[in-house]
Amino acid sequence: MSVRRLNEEQPSEFAFTPENISWAEGQIAKYPEGRQASAIIPLLWQAQKQAGGWLPEPAIRHVADMLDMPYIRALEVATFYTMFNLSPVGEHFVQLCGTTPCWLRGADDLKEVCRNMIGEQGEITEDGKLSWLEVECLGACVNAPMVQINEDFYEDLTAETFEQILNDLRQGNEVATGPQNSRRASEPEGGLTVLKGDT
Amino acid sequence: MLRDEDRIFQNIYGFEGADLASAKARGDWDNTAELIKKGRDWVIDEVKASGLRGRGGAGFPTGLKWSFMPKESDGRPHYLVVNADESEPGTCKDRDIMRHEPHKLLEGCLLAGFAMGAHACYIYVRGEFIREREALQRAVDEAYDAGLLGKNAAGSGWDYDIYVHHGAGAYICGEETALIESLEGKKGQPRLKPPFPANMGLYGCPTTVNNVESIAVAPTICRRGGSWFAGLGSEGNTGTKLFCISGHVNNPCNVEEEMGIPLKELLEKHAGGVRGGWDNLLAVIPGGSSVPLLPKEICDTVLMDFDSLKEVESGLGTAAVIVMDKSTDIIKAIARISHFYKHESCGQCTPCREGTGWMWRVLERMAAGRAQPKEIDMLLQVTKQIEGHTICALGDAAAWPVQGLIRHFRPVIEERLANGPMQEAAE
Repeated sequence: MSVRRLNEEQPSEFAFTPENISWAEGQIAKYPEGRQASAIIPLLWQAQKQAGGWLPEPAIRHVADMLDMPYIRALEVATFYTMFNLSPVGEHFVQLCGTTPCWLRGADDLKEVCRNMIGEQGEITEDGKLSWLEVECLGACVNAPMVQINEDFYEDLTAETFEQILNDLRQGNEVATGPQNSRRASEPEGGLTVLKGDT
Repeated sequence: MLRDEDRIFQNIYGFEGADLASAKARGDWDNTAELIKKGRDWVIDEVKASGLRGRGGAGFPTGLKWSFMPKESDGRPHYLVVNADESEPGTCKDRDIMRHEPHKLLEGCLLAGFAMGAHACYIYVRGEFIREREALQRAVDEAYDAGLLGKNAAGSGWDYDIYVHHGAGAYICGEETALIESLEGKKGQPRLKPPFPANMGLYGCPTTVNNVESIAVAPTICRRGGSWFAGLGSEGNTGTKLFCISGHVNNPCNVEEEMGIPLKELLEKHAGGVRGGWDNLLAVIPGGSSVPLLPKEICDTVLMDFDSLKEVESGLGTAAVIVMDKSTDIIKAIARISHFYKHESCGQCTPCREGTGWMWRVLERMAAGRAQPKEIDMLLQVTKQIEGHTICALGDAAAWPVQGLIRHFRPVIEERLANGPMQEAAE
């Protein structure tokens, strides 16, 4: 388990935009009547997006009200699931996979890049652009080492390519997502061993 | 070696489109109604005959699992829930199915759901797979537009809905009852069994939870016949399997191979071999972080299937092969895995909540040489007190890698401690 607490400073209120309200209604409709609590993770996730990458306490209550749930149940969910950021993050929020498959292929080098360019975990750069966190396995192990920045995976990284990505994001440049070497996805680099289309 | 025409996932690398037209060109959704018209029992019997064992880690026979669902509804709806909460370190195969072969999964959902009397299916995708979830949702939308889902799905006469749901970063939700809890809008804490989900699952209704790969291979099994699948691999370990090869190999990759392929052949044929050559191999974790590692001398000859790996006190798990060469600090590597379990324990059972952190702290000290030699046995004893004493298997999964380390690399730990600061202080 990890210790997760709400941020000390909180905005006074939160409400979904009209677009998000109708989006949320579409989500709730996926579940049988009376089972609207099932939609809590998608709704909290949308609230986090609307709030700029973190989940303020009034947003948790807002979602609980929408789903007719006691606040404590919504708070339990918000604090249990680690993708809910309970404190503000940078505009480009880097989740760096440090679990063994990535560690074996150089995740420590990427951490060093984060420390040099951003600071310690959880710190936001002065321009508000970057922050980072070491997370557990993100499920792209054959493309290790990798990070997730906001919604995208950046894979097959080296310290150099990672540094370049962070610089580009900071400057607002286009950045290619996915593998940063010659690979397309999870195929071996340097030529297919199967499905070569010659049979 | 497996022939390309026997590979189920022809587009696993995504070189072709994942859209419906491309999927159909690969044979997906080809007269699905005809398969369904053969009946529930026929579908279950084909899957049973194929010998397919669950691809999510535990290896339970899939056809048998489906047959546990009540034959007739007692008024409660039946549910199929697909476990796409792929989070076992080393594993990244379901991700490729969702982004490159989503229609195989959706067609499998229809067949499996029909076979268990379900009209609704939820696919629970791990929260971090945002792009994969979008790809899957695109495929679902396409399938609805083409009449393959919804009322009279694919012209089969069976009504079927698929909903894409997602989590938010909890490994434990890959455990089926935790997944159900999460899907109901709660913390993902596993339930005691019994009652089993087949009787009392999602919303208290009969439910079957299956891994993505198990469901996605079902249409091909039904089309080509259970006997085709059973003809690959060996008895009890049939068919093809997606292997994820990560760590210290020259070319890490995912690849679909025949069950039972020798580990050495798998690494050398598809992953470019161990970095620095086979003799530079230190150890392999053959089935995702939960299974005990194997030292090189076992890797030389072991076959990659459920029973062969069980015989050497490890497991096939999710077939995520994590390779470590001789440059690896093996104590640190396992300590990092222990950190993972400490982070992911749901906190419900004391042995796991307290034990995972305890094991991690001791291993961190051992990696730094700051421990007493007698603590090795103490650590081993603690793993035995966690194993089997928790509601779900996360406790076991946390204990096994540590047991594997002590079983095969005890001299390495002893040497580290003998040269460590505590020994010098004692002297």
